[in-house]
Amino acid sequence: MLNANFAALLYLAASVLFILALRGLSSPETARQGNRFGIYGMGIAAGTTFLYQLPWGFSSFFWGLVAVGAGASVGIWRARTIQMTAMPQLVALFHALIGLAAVLVAASVLYAPQGFGLGIRNSIPGATLFEMSLGAAIGGITFTGSVIAFLKLDGRMTGNPILIADRHYVNIGLAALLAVLVFAFIFTEAPFAFWVIALVSFALGVLLIIPIGGADMPVVISMLNSYSGWAAAAVGFTLANLALIITGALVGSSGAILSYVMCRGMNRSFISVILGGFGGDSAAPAGIGEAETRPVKQGSAADAAKILLAAKKVIVVPGYGMAVAQAQHAVREMADILKSKGIDVKYAIHPVAGRMPGHMNVLLAEANVPYDEVFELEQINPEFAETDVAFVIGANDVTNPAAKTDSSSPIYGMPILDVEHAKDVLFVKRGLGAGYAGVENELFFRNNTTMLFGDAKKMTDGIVRALS
Amino acid sequence: MATGIDPQLLEKIQAATQAAKHAADSAQAYAEQVAAAASIASGGVIDPFIFRLTIFGLAVIVGYYVVWAVTPALHTPLMSVTNAISSVIVVGALLSTGTDPASGTGAGAARFFGFLALALASVNIFGGFLVTERMLSMFRKKG
Repeated sequence: MLNANFAALLYLAASVLFILALRGLSSPETARQGNRFGIYGMGIAAGTTFLYQLPWGFSSFFWGLVAVGAGASVGIWRARTIQMTAMPQLVALFHALIGLAAVLVAASVLYAPQGFGLGIRNSIPGATLFEMSLGAAIGGITFTGSVIAFLKLDGRMTGNPILIADRHYVNIGLAALLAVLVFAFIFTEAPFAFWVIALVSFALGVLLIIPIGGADMPVVISMLNSYSGWAAAAVGFTLANLALIITGALVGSSGAILSYVMCRGMNRSFISVILGGFGGDSAAPAGIGEAETRPVKQGSAADAAKILLAAKKVIVVPGYGMAVAQAQHAVREMADILKSKGIDVKYAIHPVAGRMPGHMNVLLAEANVPYDEVFELEQINPEFAETDVAFVIGANDVTNPAAKTDSSSPIYGMPILDVEHAKDVLFVKRGLGAGYAGVENELFFRNNTTMLFGDAKKMTDGIVRALS
Repeated sequence: MATGIDPQLLEKIQAATQAAKHAADSAQAYAEQVAAAASIASGGVIDPFIFRLTIFGLAVIVGYYVVWAVTPALHTPLMSVTNAISSVIVVGALLSTGTDPASGTGAGAARFFGFLALALASVNIFGGFLVTERMLSMFRKKG
């Protein structure tokens, strides 16, 4: 048995280490140190709880060990084998686990409050019941919402919005039902009410995420990140545990900020994203030249190599298409050859490129692209004017000048990468189809644009061969 | 022996007890009045919930500043590390797994839920930190 005050101080120490973990991410140099702080913090938090709960009965200790062992093996296996392109799916799945864990912990408080020092059954304080049901509701929404996000990101479910008739009314109805159930639960402390709360939240989680299109996933995944934090914080209030309250608040605000950054990157309001119905899978193959009659200049890998070799400065603009085709290694090979010939190569990343915040940066890092060659939109935009070739691979809407000029366009106001200012633009694309926003890209039809139709990886490999 | 006590003395003792009781009662009443006055002045005794809410609010603000300082290039590791640290919910899972089986009727169910939550949180703890480490080790400088 650990003294309760001493335990609280240790939980505070763990929380401070978690804050330092996030602080470390302000630069790639300190990031790994930060991650280590996070590990220490977790060790302190878990160790403190273990000591606090002494003496452990044999069966508790044994089953605890089994649970940790099973969870750890699955976690280590996934972390080791996951492809970097599949990172959004993995993170979505991890969010789901936190959500479900929150529901389960709330349930165990309900069944055995004495184990948490929260009185005895059928006389749990009302405030605790309220916090508990809040934790279960947010956790439940996080759980099923994240499972749906996982299925969409993993391609096991269509990335297109699934629209149910009157879905807004259904959702509002379910939310109202949830509020009534929470009141009923506070007054009755009935396990039945608790489980209905959990079930309604599960349903709400599914209904909230299915209408949101694949291309809006960066916002969804950030939002669910935030929810998992609020769920943890609600459980922290239930257990009166500092580490959980502080960590939940940190994670909650982190996810909220990322959602804001993603919405700003698309110039969409958070509300309009949540209401859904926008943007299917831009990765879905579109027929070449479909519904478009204007001529475009098409080129081969050899043409592209010629244009690239004549350049002094090249900026690569990667998008989700590069990730889908796993072309990041080929792109780096191409850049290496160009650099060996004295050509300056940089990378430009749009905030919403990929399926989660910072996705492209991780893929480029995986392909051994040094991070000081990779730039954010604000940093690199002025450089396009003095760039000879903009090499756009698997991106479309984020380069579309209509966002600046055409106030009737759905992407109007979205910040874009100014590839139009480069002397030549090369577009590696599967076909001429419009982007996820369903908008024509004027750039395709310009004289200084060459379209390189084909799979991003095959095309880049072809360019590498033509260069060497 | 009770019979040996002077009845007069007994009466005096009774009177004294009465007086003491009366004094204590009024002291209690005064104390309550003073406490009520102090309570009005200070806003009452602060509920522990308010302390927790204060900590929560401050942590949200700390989170706000710390997360805005994160470089956008590391937003994916940020997400995986926040995911890993939110598995501090393992605290609740450990408490329920360690609940004394003989402590009440619901203990068995609570321990079962705790067991499941512990397994889920463990996936996140080990998987989350490890995958973050894997990603971060790929970020290299030129040369």
